[in-house]
Amino acid sequence: MKNQQQTTTYTICYHCGEEVTDHIHRLDDKDFCCAGCKGVYQILSENNLCNYYAYNHNPGQRFNHDTRLEYLDEPQIINQLIDYTGKESSIITFYIPGIQCSSCIWLLEHLYKINPAIFSSRIDFIRKQVTITFNHTEIPLRKLVETLIQIGYEPLISLQDVVKEHQKALDKGLILKIAVAGFLMGNVMLFSFPEYFGLSGLEKQFQVLFGWLNLAFSIPAAFYCGKDYFISALTSLKHKHVNLDTPLALIIAVLFSRTAFEVIFSTGPGFADTLTGLVFLLLMGKWLKQRTYNHISFDRDYRSYFPIAVTTLINGLEKPVSINDVKIGDRLWIRNGELLPADAILMKGDAWMDMSFVTGESEPVHKVLGEIIYAGGRQTGEAIELEVIKPVSQSYLTGLWNHDHYKNNVQKQNFNDSIAKYFSLAVFTIAFSATAYWLLQHDSHKAWSAFTAVIIVACPCVLALSTPFTLSAILSVFDKKGFYVKNTDAVEQLAKCDAVVFDKTGTLTTTRNAQVYFNGEMDDHEKKIVASLFRNSAHPLSRHILKELKTSDFFQVKNYKEIPGKGLSATVNGLNVYAGSLSSKLKAVGHQPSSGVNVVIDDVYIGNFVIEQEWRPQLNVLIAQLNRSFDVQLLSGDTNKDERHLRTIFPEKNQIRFRQSPHEKLDAISALQDSGRAVMMLGDGLNDAGALKQSDFGIAITDDINNFTPGCDAILKGDSLSLLPNFIGLSKDGIKIIKASFAIATAYNFIGIYYAVQGTLYPLVAAVLMPISTVTIICFTTFATRILARKNKLFT
Amino acid sequence: MNILYFLVGCSVLMALIFLGAFIWAAKTGQNDDVYTPGVRILFDDEPEEEKSEEDHFSS
Repeated sequence: MKNQQQTTTYTICYHCGEEVTDHIHRLDDKDFCCAGCKGVYQILSENNLCNYYAYNHNPGQRFNHDTRLEYLDEPQIINQLIDYTGKESSIITFYIPGIQCSSCIWLLEHLYKINPAIFSSRIDFIRKQVTITFNHTEIPLRKLVETLIQIGYEPLISLQDVVKEHQKALDKGLILKIAVAGFLMGNVMLFSFPEYFGLSGLEKQFQVLFGWLNLAFSIPAAFYCGKDYFISALTSLKHKHVNLDTPLALIIAVLFSRTAFEVIFSTGPGFADTLTGLVFLLLMGKWLKQRTYNHISFDRDYRSYFPIAVTTLINGLEKPVSINDVKIGDRLWIRNGELLPADAILMKGDAWMDMSFVTGESEPVHKVLGEIIYAGGRQTGEAIELEVIKPVSQSYLTGLWNHDHYKNNVQKQNFNDSIAKYFSLAVFTIAFSATAYWLLQHDSHKAWSAFTAVIIVACPCVLALSTPFTLSAILSVFDKKGFYVKNTDAVEQLAKCDAVVFDKTGTLTTTRNAQVYFNGEMDDHEKKIVASLFRNSAHPLSRHILKELKTSDFFQVKNYKEIPGKGLSATVNGLNVYAGSLSSKLKAVGHQPSSGVNVVIDDVYIGNFVIEQEWRPQLNVLIAQLNRSFDVQLLSGDTNKDERHLRTIFPEKNQIRFRQSPHEKLDAISALQDSGRAVMMLGDGLNDAGALKQSDFGIAITDDINNFTPGCDAILKGDSLSLLPNFIGLSKDGIKIIKASFAIATAYNFIGIYYAVQGTLYPLVAAVLMPISTVTIICFTTFATRILARKNKLFT
Repeated sequence: MNILYFLVGCSVLMALIFLGAFIWAAKTGQNDDVYTPGVRILFDDEPEEEKSEEDHFSS
C-alpha cells in the first residue's frame, strides 16, 4: 500500500526509474531525472529503438561518465583489445557490467541501427559480454566505445582482460570426453543385455560379434576417455606418492586387459560394461568438481582495478600509453577520478588522493609536492603531474601479489588423496594374497581371475564420486543463500578453518544504506537553498544528501560550479552557497576544517553533513556464535575512531588491530597460520587482497555480486553475512557425509571381495554391484545434504 | 536372425551420427551460452513494432 502511495506523489524517470524531483528534463511527455537519461532516450528515439522501453519498465541505468577515451586511438592498445581484424571488419568483445535485463540484450543487439558501420552484435547475458563485428575503416574503436557509452552501456576496459581470460579458461576437452564415454557406455550396455538375461542357442552366434564390438568400444573408453587418469597416476608415482587416480588407472587397465583377454580367447564376455560405466561416472564426477560460476570471477587481482592506459606527458604533450609500457622517469598526467597506476613523486598540482583501494581509509589524503604517492590512489581534484619511480609491476601495491611466500596451495591435501594411499595398499594386499593362495593350490586360472576381480570390485570410484557429488550439492545450497564458493575443493578448505579474521570497512559496515546526519541548525528556507545546490550534482554524496533533505521545490541556481573532490558552489536565490571540504574556504569564514560536507551560505558557516556507514545487522549474534568455536580477530585499515562501538560487538578476548597496512594484514594472517591455525579471512577491498590470498579460505564480501571483488575463494553477499556460522556448519557436515559414504562403499566392497577372492566373480555381478553401490552413494549424499542443510537452517 | 547384423550396424551408425553432431555443436560453441538465445527468441519482429512506436511519439 505504501508503494502505491509513493507512485502517486512521485514521478519516476522513464529511463532509469529513479525518483524525479523536478520536471525540467522532459521530452515526449516523459520525465527524466537528469540530462544523461534524457540524452539516451533521445538517441534511442531518433533511431527507432524505443522497443527498449517496451520489454521492461525503466530498464536504463543512471550514469555519469567522464571517462577519457584518447587511448583508444593508439594502434598498440587497439591491437591488445581486438579479437580479430580483417580487411574491413574487426571483432571485439567487451565486458559490460551494466547488462542486466532483456531490454539490454535487445538494444545491444540492435546497435547496427544506430550506426550502420556496426555489422552485428551478440550478447552473452550470463557473462555480461557483447561481441561486436564492425567496419573499422568507418567507425574507429574509440567511436564505437563512445556510442556504447552514449546509450548508457559503458564497457569496462581494464588491465586484466576479463574477456580473454574467460576464453582461455573454457576447456571443452572434458565435455567431449564425457560425450564419448556416454556414447560408449550406452552402446556397450545394449550389447551386454543379452548376456545379462542369458543366451538361448539361437543368440549364441551373436555372442562373438557382441564381444568384439564391446572390445572395440572399450579401446577409446580406456585410452581416450581414461587417458588423464593414466597420466596423473604416472606423474604421481614419479613423485613417489599415491593419489586417488593411481588405483583408478590401475582398475581401468585391469578391466581393459581382462576384457581383451576374454574376448580374444573366447573365455567369457569381459567387463566392457563395467569399464565404460566406470569411466563415464568418473568423468561426471570430475566435471562436477571443475564446475564453477561462469559469471563470477574469483581470480581477480590489482590489474582488474587498473585502467589499460594512462596519459603521459612527452615534451608537454599528452600521449596515452599502455600501462605495461610505463617506465621509470615517465611523466604521468592524472586527472580527477583517475587512478595512479605506479608509485610516483608528485611534481605539479594539488593532490587529494583517495587511497581507499590501498588502505581502506575513505577520506582523501592531501599530498604535497615531492611526496611519494603509492599506486592505487585515485586523484580527486585538479589534474596532477607525477614522475614514475617504480614500474607498475613492482609498485608497493602490486608487490602484494608478487609476494613469494604465499603458502603453497599444492600441498593442501583433501580427504580423498589422504585416504587413497591406505586404500590402495589394502586392495593390493588382498589381491596378492588371494593370488598367492590360488597359486599354492596350483590353479593359475583362478589366481588370475581372483587378482583381477579383487581390483575391479574394490574400485574406489565411490570415493571419487561421493566427494564431488556431496560438495557440489552443498555448493548449490550455498549459492541459493548468496554464498558463492569457487569450487568443491574450496568447501573442504572451509570446513578446516578454525580462526576467523574480519576486516572492518565494507565488511562489517555497509555502504549501501549510509546514514546522513547534519550537525548544525538549518531552517526550511536554508534547506531549500542547499537542496537546490545539491540537485545539480551527480556525485553519489550529493544524491545521498538530497534524498535526506526531502525537498520538493527548488530555487533557480546560477553560476553553478563543481570543483571535483572539493565541493560545489553556486548562487542560489541571490546568495552564494558552498558545500564541500575546501579548507581555505572554511578558514576564510573562521571555521576549522572538519570532515564531511560543510555548508557555507553567504560566508556564514551553517554546519556539516556527516555520512556514516551503517553497521551490518546482527553482528553481535554473529560474533557470539563464531566465538563459540573459532578464534575471532579484527584487522582494520582505518583509525580507531570506532573502537568503542566495536568493543560492544567483539568481547575482550578478541584481538582488534587498527591502522593496518595491506602488508601488515598479510603478515598478521601468516603469523596466525604459523601458530597452527587454519585462517578464514573476510574482506572486501583491494587492501585486503593480500590477506585474502594468504588465508586458507578468503571470503570477499560485496553488496553487489557484479561489483569487482578481489581474488578469493568465495564471494559472500553482504546480507548473508549473518549466515556464516551455518555455512561453516554445513561444510563440516559435508565432510562427515563423505566419510559416511566411504563407510557404505567399504561395506559393499567387502561383499564383492568375498566373491572376488574365490575367483568366481562373474561379470554380471560386477556390472550390477558397481552401479548399485554408485546409485546408493549418490542418493545417500543427496539426501544427507538436504537433511543437513535443513539442520543448519539453510533451506527455504 | 541375420537381419540383426544389419540392425546392429545401423544402430551403431546412428549413435555415431548423434555423437558427431554433439561434438560439432560443442566445438563450435553452441553450448557456451545457454541463456541468451532463450530471451532473444521472445523479441518481437521489427516492422510493426516500429510503426506503433512512431505513432505513439507523434501524438
